[in-house]
This record gives sequence, C-alpha cells and structure tokens, in this order.
Amino acid sequence: MMDRKGLQRWFDRKGWSNLLIGVPYVWLLFFFLLPFLIVIAMSVATKTATAPPISFGGDYPLVNLQGYARAVTDTLYFRAFITSLVSAGIATALCLLIGYPMALGLTRVSKSWRNILLMLVILPFWTSFLLRVYAWMGLMGRSSWFNVGLTKIWNAIVPQGWAVDFMPMMHSNFAVVLVMVYTYLPFMILPLYASLERLDPALDEAALDLGSRPWQVFLDVTLPQSIPGIVAGGMLVFIPAAGELVIPTLVGDAASPMIGRVISDQFSAARDWPMASAIAVVLLVLMVGPAVIYGHFQAKAEGSK
Amino acid sequence: MKRRHSFLVSMLAFGFAFFYIPILSMIVYSFNASRLASVWGGFSTKWYFALFSNKQVLDALVLSLEIALVSATIATILGAMAGIALARFPSFRGRLLFSGLVTAPLIMPEVITGISSLMFFILMADWIGWPGERGFTTVTLAHITFSMVFVTTIVQARMLQSDRSIEEAAMDLGSRPWQVMRDVTIPVISPAIMSGWLLAFTISLDDVVITSFTTGPGSTTLPLLIWSKVKLGVTPDINALATLMVSVVAIGVAVAGIAMNRAGRRRQLDEQMAFRANG
Repeated sequence: MMDRKGLQRWFDRKGWSNLLIGVPYVWLLFFFLLPFLIVIAMSVATKTATAPPISFGGDYPLVNLQGYARAVTDTLYFRAFITSLVSAGIATALCLLIGYPMALGLTRVSKSWRNILLMLVILPFWTSFLLRVYAWMGLMGRSSWFNVGLTKIWNAIVPQGWAVDFMPMMHSNFAVVLVMVYTYLPFMILPLYASLERLDPALDEAALDLGSRPWQVFLDVTLPQSIPGIVAGGMLVFIPAAGELVIPTLVGDAASPMIGRVISDQFSAARDWPMASAIAVVLLVLMVGPAVIYGHFQAKAEGSK
Repeated sequence: MKRRHSFLVSMLAFGFAFFYIPILSMIVYSFNASRLASVWGGFSTKWYFALFSNKQVLDALVLSLEIALVSATIATILGAMAGIALARFPSFRGRLLFSGLVTAPLIMPEVITGISSLMFFILMADWIGWPGERGFTTVTLAHITFSMVFVTTIVQARMLQSDRSIEEAAMDLGSRPWQVMRDVTIPVISPAIMSGWLLAFTISLDDVVITSFTTGPGSTTLPLLIWSKVKLGVTPDINALATLMVSVVAIGVAVAGIAMNRAGRRRQLDEQMAFRANG
C-alpha cells in the first residue's frame, strides 16, 4: 500500500515524466504506427470480394507477394514511378534555379525591405494549397488571358507551320511540374535563405580583394557554404512532390498518372487494398534514401550551430 | 558586383510576379459578371452574394472550423508534451522509436497517411466496433495525428534554445516538476506553443487528401467541397470563395507580422533601457 506522500514522491520522480512521454507516445503508436503496420500487412494480403476486401490465411496464402511482383514488373506502375520521380526531380531543380537567386537576393536587400519580402514568401504558405493549384487552372485554360497571350507570342515568333490555336498546357506533365514549382517554391527559398543569411559578408569581400571575379566568389565561397540549405530545400520539395496527389489529379495527364494517383485509384476505385499497399511500401522505400540524406545534413547543420 | 546585384533583384521581381500573378488574376476574375470563368463580361459582385446564401458552403465552413479548432487544440497539447519530453529527457526507454514516430509523419506522402488511416478505421470498426461511422471523429483523429508532429518540431526547437537554469532554480526552490512546467516552462515557450497551434489549425483547415480518405457521407469540409467542384473546372463562385479565403489569411498574416515586429522592437527598446539603467 502506498500512502499519499509516497504516491506524491513517486509521481514527482517517475510518474510525471512517464505521463509527459507516455501520452503522446501511446497516441502515435496507436494512430500512426499501427495504421502503418496495417499497410505493410495489407501489402501481402489477398484481395477478396468480402468487406473489408482482403483475406489472410485460411483458404488464402498467409503471405501473398503478388502485389509487390506487379508493382515492380507491371509497366503501368513502373511508368508511374518514373513519371513521379522525374517530375519531382525536374520541379526540385527548377525550384533551386529560381529559389537560389531569390534567397540570395533577399540577403542583399535592405532590412526593412527584407521583412516585407520574407512575409510575401511566407504568405502563400499560409494560404490554401488547393486554391494555389486552382489559381493556375484559371491561367492555363485555353481561353484564359494568359494562354491567349502566350499563344499570340508563340505564333508571332515561330514559322507559320507551327502556329497553334491555343497552348496545350492543362492536363499535361508540364502543367504538373509548373504547379509543383509554384506551390513548393517557398519550401526551397526559406531554408536557402536561412543558410545564406548566416554567411559572413566579409568572406565575400576578402575573396574580391584577393582578386576573385564575382562569379568565382559565388562558386568558391557562397555556394559551398550553402549546401546544407540546398539539401534541406531540395528534400522539402522532392519528397512531397514525388507522392503528390492533388496536383496530378487537377492539372495532370490522366493517361500517364503519377504514383500518388495510382495508389489512390487502386485503393478507392479498384478496391484493391493489397495492390495499393504494396505500391505505397515501394514508394516509401524509394523515399528512405532522400530522407536519410536529409536527416544526415540536418544533424550536421545542427551540430555546427 | 553591381551587375550581380541587378540580376538578383530582377530574379526577385520575377519570383514575386510568379507567386502573385495567378492569385491576382483569380481575384480579378471573381468580379467577373460572366458565367464563363475566363471570358471577361463586366464587373459584378453577384458571386459573393451567391456565396453567402449558399448553405452548402456555409455548412462546410462551419464543419471545417470545428474540426480545425478541436484538432489543433488536442494536437498542440500532445505535440507540446512530446516536444518537451524529447528536449528534457535525453534518454528513456524507446526514445529512438519515439523520435522516429514524431519525424515519420512529416515525410510520409499524404496519400499513404490517408489510406493507412482509412484501413485502420475500417478494420477497427470491423474488430471492435469503433469508430462506428466515419465523419467528424475520424477526420479529427487523423488531423490530430499528422499535425501534432509539426507542433513537436516547433516546441522542441524552442526548448533546446531556452535557458534551463530558470527551471533548475525553480526546482531548487522547492517547486514540484509539474509546477515548474506550469510556472516556468510553458510561459517561456508560449510563443512556440501559439505558433504550433496556428500551424496545426491551418494544416487541418487546408487538408484535402487525408480528409477525403477518412471522412464519411454527410461530413464535407470546405476543402473537400472545393475539391469536388474544382475537379470539374474553373467557376466564378470558387474564384469568389478563394478571394475571400486568401484575403482573410493575408490580413491575418499582415497583422501578426506587424504585431510581432512591434513586440520585437519594444523588447529591444526595453533591453536597451535596462542596459542603460544598469550601466
């Protein structure tokens, strides 16, 4: 029997910390790890016509690897993986090409301008993701002012044989990459800005005084020091872009779907839980590499602070 | 040096044009009288009035706000507990798994979180009869789970920066651990807790993918309503709704930015005064 005093002492010494750790721990075990383990279990289950539409053991094999076999051999899934990784890769590269000079520019403007411009970078991040995708749907449609304008410019510069009635932008992989760049650009700019802002301008000046040309200063001094920011920004764009569902559904080409859409369609339309789960597991395995690189650089950046 | 500078400034101008032209275009076309979304037919505010009398939109907005309020509040409590635990207890059994569990949802593609939550809820209902019907409860549970880890990240970062000596002083003066947390830790990290709550609120209010998997018939949030409409194409009433939503956020962020700027400047002034008074 523990008296009140003893209970209090136990609570202060162990109970309190157990409570702090335990409540969120149990929550995540139950609502995150368990669902995740269910995905892995489902990926080796067999599809049936029952509700829920899967079976294990009994008349069916306990471990059915058909989903995995199809995920890596069926050209439909293989192409979807390639489309996703290539689109996300191109979007990441473009975000870097646009975001790097913007982040560097932010470190060069006066302090009062910088606060306003930073707020303007963060603002889209707080506005609805869906509406930002939607805004581009309005611009890319064939009769929009943007499309009409681009068509006029295109027809004015190319030979007559190449003239078009409108720019076929909507429902293409081009549209997917464009909107990915648009929606994920702040994720690239902010970590880049954070790593560039810490650099000492005296280093630039020293290199200039020692006779380096400006582009040499950039390549030898600025760029190497901003690699942690490049990696962080790159991963923050690449990882969500590769698994993106909203953008390809709204502006993508239904004939060459991205992997996020394939998972969703297999799950909801085809009611094939094992197939959807197997593709999900393969996607996660592909994501582990970039995530580990990101974690490594993140730890390094934290250590250097 | 001069040339490089002008290149950077023009990239900034290009970037901000890229950011804001689509949004401005959407705002302009929300005042379009024509039903055809991309052909200008004169100025009109009728889509806004149509919006305010659309019961579907208003119901969805109320449901979204309810889910966001409940999920952000619980996510903040759970996320802050995890953040404090990770920052203050450097070693406990299962810490590695715990820190993995608070990082994994951040990089998990939403569609996978969506299908895993849905399979979990369906199988749970099958095995133990809970949760009975998908809707408010299941969406809120899913939102709490994936937004709490953002709160954890923010709180943990703030905790690692904060000075532990005040907490130790309170302990030495005889406070019990939960009193130290109530009287010292939480007031010190309250800005982080507040921004964590705001982030969790926004994430919940904005989510389409996870909500679309975990919701049931009759529970349509505002993003889901917009999602089902924009899949069919661009319409002027969605332009009007989008304009209102973007304006609310823009005003909120601007006000918060100015307030924080002021608070920062006041703190700086106070510090200078204190420094002068002591010196």
